[in-house]
Amino acid sequence: MGTFVVNSLDVRQLAYAYPDGTQALFGVDLSIARGERVALLGPNGAGKTTLVMHLNGILTAGHGSVTVAGTPVRKDTLKEIRQRVGLVFQDPDDQLFMPTVKDDVAFGPANAGVRGEELDRVVKDALERVGMLEAADRPPHHLSFGQRRRVAVATVLAMAPEILVLDEPSSNLDPAARRELAEILRSLDVTVLMVTHDLPYALELCERSLILSGGVIAADGPTRELLSDAELLAEHRLELPYGFAIPAV
Amino acid sequence: MGAGHHHQLYLPGDSVVHRLPPQCKLLAVFAFAIVVVATPRERFWAFAAYAVLLGAVALVARVPGTYVLRRMAIEVPFVLFAFLIPVIGLGERTTILGMSLSVPGLWAAWNILAKATLGVIASILLAATTEPRVILIGAQRLRLPALLVQIAMFMLRYMDVIVDEMRRMRVARESRGFEARDLRQVPVIARSAGALFIRSYERGERVHLAMLSRGYSGQMPILHDISASVRQWGIALALPAVALAVWGLSW
Repeated sequence: MGTFVVNSLDVRQLAYAYPDGTQALFGVDLSIARGERVALLGPNGAGKTTLVMHLNGILTAGHGSVTVAGTPVRKDTLKEIRQRVGLVFQDPDDQLFMPTVKDDVAFGPANAGVRGEELDRVVKDALERVGMLEAADRPPHHLSFGQRRRVAVATVLAMAPEILVLDEPSSNLDPAARRELAEILRSLDVTVLMVTHDLPYALELCERSLILSGGVIAADGPTRELLSDAELLAEHRLELPYGFAIPAV
Repeated sequence: MGAGHHHQLYLPGDSVVHRLPPQCKLLAVFAFAIVVVATPRERFWAFAAYAVLLGAVALVARVPGTYVLRRMAIEVPFVLFAFLIPVIGLGERTTILGMSLSVPGLWAAWNILAKATLGVIASILLAATTEPRVILIGAQRLRLPALLVQIAMFMLRYMDVIVDEMRRMRVARESRGFEARDLRQVPVIARSAGALFIRSYERGERVHLAMLSRGYSGQMPILHDISASVRQWGIALALPAVALAVWGLSW
């Protein structure tokens, strides 16, 4: 691979221990090329959320480094990094804190100094991409859970991120909302890292998967191959749902 | 909770009062309240004039009287307190309907009741014609402390979320046979309240992370700068101005 191609995300030897001494990450290595959609799989407690918190500098690496599109995550680059890494949290009520949908989507770009007509355009565009434009003036708590998650995605899209990081995007969604979100994610022209233990969702959306287990990347390969390896899955406390068979290509 | 698209205090409409910028209305209500409070309690007709003024505002804003009356329930505890004063008050006494009442107490009760009622009606009219989030935009515009405005904004946003959480906890308690009958059940309720506090605190931390992730640096970006024209200020301040004229005449 050409070294001149800048990856969207590079994580090198990342280790982290919480202040109470619990070691969560033991040297994580991963790279995501621009335009890739990658799933990060792992059982509860594998360190998935801890890893995600490093990607936009909410937690700072105890050891190792995180680089986003060539820019290292450091104190002096935080502002730029947060512009480039779009984090979609698991509970949309945590993410949508402004009085209306429109204001919430405007929050990120406004912090980056976008104003006036340009801001309106960015907000409209982001809401359109998730099919929520007609809800622009509504307060978030009047939306369904699936709608709120889509707005949460829009709040991040409005910042034109280099990489979109989704924490358990399919959790708490009914089957239709789950499919609608999948369609939206597929339609976006942006690098995606999807943290999940919803294996069929990973297979549906991501060609490549990583398994994070015990604080290290235990496997990295085509999603289809990883999910076909029953032994590998069992070793890392991952299971396909009952009755699910990997569909033939 | 999620009933309708508007806050329960807000009465959607498109009157002159509805369309006024929030900062004008906030300042008008505040100034009106000051004038009312500064009026000596013996000037009965001044209070009547203030009431007529508010009636005129309600008429222009098309806020029905019954709507205002229903919202005035919030004043009930103060009314009860005001009724107590003449009974327990000291000084010269008079007999009304067979009850011995204190004269200074009666004056004090009237003073509280009249001024509080006018203030409450003015606030109800403000709330009925201005969406809560817009009131906060007005507060921001009037350069009220940013931290207080932000706290109020988050309260507005998360009130329903927290009430909903409280409801789920109640359902969970009752599903396991809990019934709040008397004082002995208080510790259970108290523990629920504690758990709710912790949960809300943790949510606050997560919201803060979400804000940081989108570039928050202590200042809320000003998204709506509603500027007011001289004419709009004029319309809004007509209320305290007329009240002030009444006050002047009452001397």
